[in-house]
Amino acid sequence: MSFESTLQERVKAAAETGTALSIQGNNTKSFYGRTTGGETVSLADHRGVLDYTPSELVISARAGTRLSELESVLQQEDQMLAFEPAHFGEAATLGGTIACAFSGPRRPYAGAARDFVLGANCVSGTGEWLRFGGQVMKNVAGYDVSRTLTGSLGTLAILTDIHLRVLPIAETEVTLQLDCDTATALQTCNALATRPLPLSAACHLDGRLLIRLSGMQEGVQSAIKDIGGDVLDDATAFWTQLREQQLPFFADERPLWRIAVAPASAALPLEGDTLLDWGGAQRWLKSDQPVETIRAVTAAAGGHATLFRGGDRGADVFQPLTSGLLSLHQRLKQAFDPAGILNPGRMYREL
Amino acid sequence: MSDKNILDALLQQLPGHCVLTRPEELRPYECDGLSAYRQLPMVVVIPDTLEQVQDTLRLCAEHAVPVVARGSGTGLSGGALPLENGVLLSMAKFNRILDVDVHNRVARVQPGVTNLSISNAVAVHGLYYAPDPSSQIACSIGGNVAENAGGVHCLKYGLTTHNIQALEVLTIDGEQLTIGGSALDAPGYDLLALLTGSEGLLAIITEITVKLLPSPEIAQVVMAAFDSVDAAGAGVTAVIASGIIPAGLELLDKPAIDAVEKFIHTGYPQDAAAILLCELDGTQADVTAQIKRVNQVFRDAGAIDQQVSRDEAERQRFWAGRKAAFPAMGRLSPDYYCMDGTIPRKHLSHVLSEIGRMSAEYGLPICNVFHAGDGNLHPLILYDANKAGELERTEELGGRILELCVAVGGTITGEHGVGLEKINQMCVQYNSAELQQFHAIKAAFDSNGLLNPGKAIPTLNRCAEFGAMHVHHGELAHPELERF
Repeated sequence: MSFESTLQERVKAAAETGTALSIQGNNTKSFYGRTTGGETVSLADHRGVLDYTPSELVISARAGTRLSELESVLQQEDQMLAFEPAHFGEAATLGGTIACAFSGPRRPYAGAARDFVLGANCVSGTGEWLRFGGQVMKNVAGYDVSRTLTGSLGTLAILTDIHLRVLPIAETEVTLQLDCDTATALQTCNALATRPLPLSAACHLDGRLLIRLSGMQEGVQSAIKDIGGDVLDDATAFWTQLREQQLPFFADERPLWRIAVAPASAALPLEGDTLLDWGGAQRWLKSDQPVETIRAVTAAAGGHATLFRGGDRGADVFQPLTSGLLSLHQRLKQAFDPAGILNPGRMYREL
Repeated sequence: MSDKNILDALLQQLPGHCVLTRPEELRPYECDGLSAYRQLPMVVVIPDTLEQVQDTLRLCAEHAVPVVARGSGTGLSGGALPLENGVLLSMAKFNRILDVDVHNRVARVQPGVTNLSISNAVAVHGLYYAPDPSSQIACSIGGNVAENAGGVHCLKYGLTTHNIQALEVLTIDGEQLTIGGSALDAPGYDLLALLTGSEGLLAIITEITVKLLPSPEIAQVVMAAFDSVDAAGAGVTAVIASGIIPAGLELLDKPAIDAVEKFIHTGYPQDAAAILLCELDGTQADVTAQIKRVNQVFRDAGAIDQQVSRDEAERQRFWAGRKAAFPAMGRLSPDYYCMDGTIPRKHLSHVLSEIGRMSAEYGLPICNVFHAGDGNLHPLILYDANKAGELERTEELGGRILELCVAVGGTITGEHGVGLEKINQMCVQYNSAELQQFHAIKAAFDSNGLLNPGKAIPTLNRCAEFGAMHVHHGELAHPELERF
């Protein structure tokens, strides 16, 4: 029996008995989302690249394929996953990454995980094996389900195969550092982003604004002259450590919050330590302030706060939805998983 | 409920000028850009305010009357085709740009704003809105979101779904929902992705936050001529393989070049079997370097001639032919039918030669002008609707081209949408379980099926009937259904 049909049988049986299933790749992201129980369904052995023709700029792989394997296959052809996903562990899988919609420092300038998802095959909560989207760049036939599944934390369907758009690795990459405070950093990187410069990351910590430029030699060199500052040595290691949350900033017992706001928003009146990534659009906060305060301050700024690591994993880790949106989410959950067996409660208690 | 009840209710609730009922008033709304399909709606409602849109939807929900939303009516798949027993809801009066936020690179706009006017309004800040469907002078941004519109530059800058950040929508019950927000992502499911391209079946869009990009310092076009379509196709693959993502990469075949040249004199090489238009944009330094590389790549791929636009006027002239291709066909033939399949680029050569073969089989000429960089084909079938049976044969040929696209791993529509036009081919692309999942999604938003019913997603019965006519590869589609 194929992997898919075995999985379908398993899901159908679970739906009949109402048995909760906990979907896993290699379990590197168990820290994320709400704590849930359920029988483990492992995708770890469902791995391998299915199709990759570099000139198509598309790669298809099974959900259990390790991210590191995928990236090394791409790198051999000078291509990359342009959303620069965090791994959070050597064994991280493609399926887990897409289910969590993790996007790294390049995100504001190149696009998010969902922007690169072209298609996905999945098993729904009723045990149907379904294919949405495909291997082409442009496809508007039917609702865009594969992007909708991106970031749904396995609560709608079990991803089995994923088709992604990939991009060439830039010819040159240089990181500049400028000494400045938070307000100046926000002003600077958002002013730069209104100009046609080859920006590929911008982050601020410890009084330093770090700006990464990626592109052709000529364009990057002229941008270096334009922006100024000092060239950072060993920049690749820095951006990897930022992406993987391995910088000293993250080594802290307090809960880690992800604050998402409009990039040019002023610094929020929150206690704790803040690191700005995504040119100000993603702010990491280490803080012991009450959940309610952090959520209220972020919401007042038009953003949303995620309890990314630590804290109470049984409470709401994602910003609560308005009642209208929550009931729509519940109806969508019902449409994919009427028995409520796929990662129940992982995203919101009600889903 | 009788028609009279909903009409009375609308007239009672809304100002008289917002409700059109006389046949001569309804006539302009009988079709969208796909004029082969026409239907007068029961009534046209053109609200001035959000509250009036809400009232209209609530009354439709209460009276169980279907609603078809319409922007500028430029869609090419019949998505805004009215229903005889339904309300045609025009969002044309929602035509204001509400706010431009330069530092956050976003603009809040109403759905009736035209695509091009957004770029025009923000040009003063050195910004623009990237998706540029060829109808951008007329098409509305609300319609762009409903169709997930593309354009010439999506190879580098993506479709509508990549270039919007938030929506305000109304459900069929008139409930207002905010989808997305001012941050780059939102908590919960990616409803922005789900609504973009949902063709008016899930909700009514009342406001859009679009992303703005810095205008490139410069754009230049390389025009390369090839002595075969295959060689031009190989040129497309070679450019992408060289690590360059052009802003646009378009192909015109010989019939298209000839038609364009007769229409406006662009100076396209007449001895070419195909030409590629490759636009590169960015900083002057980058563009110069990329042109050098592209020239080399095309030479290696066997280009017989290459020209690089020397200034903006020449760049515009190179594009003028591409942009005039459809009207040029209109001069050659009484009618033409534009298809919109997308295929993996590696099958370009095979698919184009198959299209040529089918064109001969049906005795209907086909020109190819398309977005070669992303494999989005636009075969134009030339026909004469006044000849008995020719439209039907054209539709059949078009359907077979789309089925060919699906067979090589592509899709029946890259950017024009399914609407009513391609609803039968949806049965080829998706199986019953997948279609049922689509219907379940629709029901989560619109349980009584009142928003644009009958479009985009076929019923399983419709597929069974269509399958009875088209047996593919000896396999009966949807075998689980009873046949009548």
